[in-house]
Amino acid sequence: MLTLHAVRKTFQGKPALDGVDLEIAPGRTTVLIGPSGCGKSTLLRLLIGLAEPDAGSVCFDGQALSDATIAALRLRMGYVIQQGGLFPHLTAGANVTLMAEQLGWDAERIRQRLAQLSDLTHFPRDGLARYPSELSGGQNQRVALMRALMLDPEVLLLDEPLGALDPMIRYELQQDLKAIFAALHKTVVLVTHDLAEAAFLGHRIVLMRDGRILQSGALAEMMAEPAEPFVEQFIRAQRSHLDLGGGER
Amino acid sequence: MKRLTLDLALACLVVLAVTLLAGCRGEPGQVVIGSKKFTESVILGEMLTGLVESTGTPVRHRASLGGTRILFNALVAGEIDAYVEYTGTLSHEIMAREKPVSAAELRAWLAERDIRLAGSIGFQNNYALGMVEARAAALGIASVSDLRAHPGLKLRLGSEFMDRADGWPGLRDRYGLPQADVRGVEHELAYRALGAGEADVTEVYTTDAEIAYYDLRTLEDDLGYFPQYDAVLIYRADLEARAPEALKALKRGLGAIDVERMVALNAAAKVEGRSEAEVARAFLREAFALDLTPSGEGMPARLARYSLEHLVLVGVSLAAAISVAVPLGVVAAYRRRLGQVVLAVVGILQTIPALALLVVMIPFFGIGAGPALVALFLYSLLPIVRNTHAGITGIPAALRESAEALGLPPAARLRRIELPLALPTILAGIKTAAVINVGAATLGALVGAGGYGQPILTGIRLDDTALILEGAIPSALFALSVQWLFERAERAVVPRGIRARAS
Repeated sequence: MLTLHAVRKTFQGKPALDGVDLEIAPGRTTVLIGPSGCGKSTLLRLLIGLAEPDAGSVCFDGQALSDATIAALRLRMGYVIQQGGLFPHLTAGANVTLMAEQLGWDAERIRQRLAQLSDLTHFPRDGLARYPSELSGGQNQRVALMRALMLDPEVLLLDEPLGALDPMIRYELQQDLKAIFAALHKTVVLVTHDLAEAAFLGHRIVLMRDGRILQSGALAEMMAEPAEPFVEQFIRAQRSHLDLGGGER
Repeated sequence: MKRLTLDLALACLVVLAVTLLAGCRGEPGQVVIGSKKFTESVILGEMLTGLVESTGTPVRHRASLGGTRILFNALVAGEIDAYVEYTGTLSHEIMAREKPVSAAELRAWLAERDIRLAGSIGFQNNYALGMVEARAAALGIASVSDLRAHPGLKLRLGSEFMDRADGWPGLRDRYGLPQADVRGVEHELAYRALGAGEADVTEVYTTDAEIAYYDLRTLEDDLGYFPQYDAVLIYRADLEARAPEALKALKRGLGAIDVERMVALNAAAKVEGRSEAEVARAFLREAFALDLTPSGEGMPARLARYSLEHLVLVGVSLAAAISVAVPLGVVAAYRRRLGQVVLAVVGILQTIPALALLVVMIPFFGIGAGPALVALFLYSLLPIVRNTHAGITGIPAALRESAEALGLPPAARLRRIELPLALPTILAGIKTAAVINVGAATLGALVGAGGYGQPILTGIRLDDTALILEGAIPSALFALSVQWLFERAERAVVPRGIRARAS
């Protein structure tokens, strides 16, 4: 579905991505994980065209992302960022339907889709008339998810969507996300720094460090056969947190 | 719906402005008399207007237009047809000659510019330096030369006199005057400073009523520095063909007023507090047996006219500024390099003194509302451009990128996301511009744009506090209601979601 080939990206002289090859399978959830600054968010930004590679290519469904193709391709992708990126001057409902209105959908179609999405994401109907500042963080992320799903895109890109939420809400949303991903069969790329979340949501985990992919596959594979000592260290560090804190996960 | 109301309001303002501007141009065949912004000139302007009116020719008096430059340029440009000028001013200020010129030379020079000199009104109004009698006597000062012995004296001179070639610089050099505390103020205010003992010397016009009122001693010009200032009628050459009757009537004013008469007329206006029109008409009744019905405009009607003029000045200039400054601000926000240039240019515009700007505009836009509108427009740009720029560049990157990632095309991003998010900041900029504009528009009266500045200006000239307040109070109320209106508008237009952030 999404293919990166020999992608390099430099920010202010420092390589953010240093020769990345990645194939993202359709209908599956791929999780990008790694310590901060490893390039996982940059990779996601390349996929939605918010950044361009200095070298190499990014393809969507066989089509290279470029200035000419990006506008059409973005309509086939949904994007959610950490704080939701909701527009504060629009109500939750208007945030969700913004792009459909821009594309000239008729009111009935918009209304139906909105109802469908609020059921899917367990977002209360009466919350649609509220502004983001009047909603909780978790509800805002549900709205952001609805907005990303509005046009029924083939691909869903999520950049630490749960990063700013407190643990209870986060747990609840993780459950919901997993159910939604399973119900929709979409190609999902999710960025997180939380290994438990990655293992819970992802079919495949891609572990990155210093702009390169160290290893990818299921968590069990990584634990059994770490490609580098760092993979083992990373997993151990996260697991010790798991043992101390979120036992039920 | 909101947009419709806004569009309608804008359309109304434009229509109003066009009507007003058209009104300023005057009807064809109308004779326009001008006057400078001091009492004597206004009285003479009223007198000339009355004389033309007696022939039945349509006539208009553009009173208190400002200084010599404004009047003479307006005459050359055909904005006015005639006014009373002083020969010394013509030769020194307009012709920029160092030495006195002969009458023939003056006529020839004017003729090259299609201006005719009809002749003297009958009096001279010369410059002199004046001191309060008691103080002059105590210090033993009788002539300008005597001032050399008193370097500590405080001189308060009219702003125009400070800069004129035949004013202070020349006088100082000729007499070698040593005084260091020399400042320019409004001519009328200088008298008040003298009266209050806050200043020692000012320049006087020899026909000023204040000389007697404040009991001033006029110092002898013992080196013969000041030229002669014969009050003369000058008019456009084409008036002869256009309105011969009117010209004939104007010439009845030649030789009609001697010095004593002029001093008395000035006193009637300044000391007794009668309006210039009243004074001029009383004189015409007495001297020419002309009984003209005064154009009596009651206070409510007058106030309504000022208000309308002021509203148009502010409304039109602001509407024009918004339609230019918001796009400029957007461009500045999008193109960083260009933005620096734009912000610098509108910043510099803001630093041009209002008076200078108004005078510079006259050759291009004539006198009246034109130059004032342009000046106000230019002044309104900075707050709006700067706030639009700040509003858009201040949008968090996450929101800008969300809009982009959503797939909104650039124009829709601007319209649906960036401008609405910047709206509270942009509105604040417009509010600032509007409030500044209400104040600045009072200066428009200097170039005949009317508005609340008119009574303020006249009030300062006549030392009439009531008249000053007639302009100052409505102007302040206007500014307050503009502020209030914008706050209401902000509540109506800015969505609840970002209102808290705005305040």
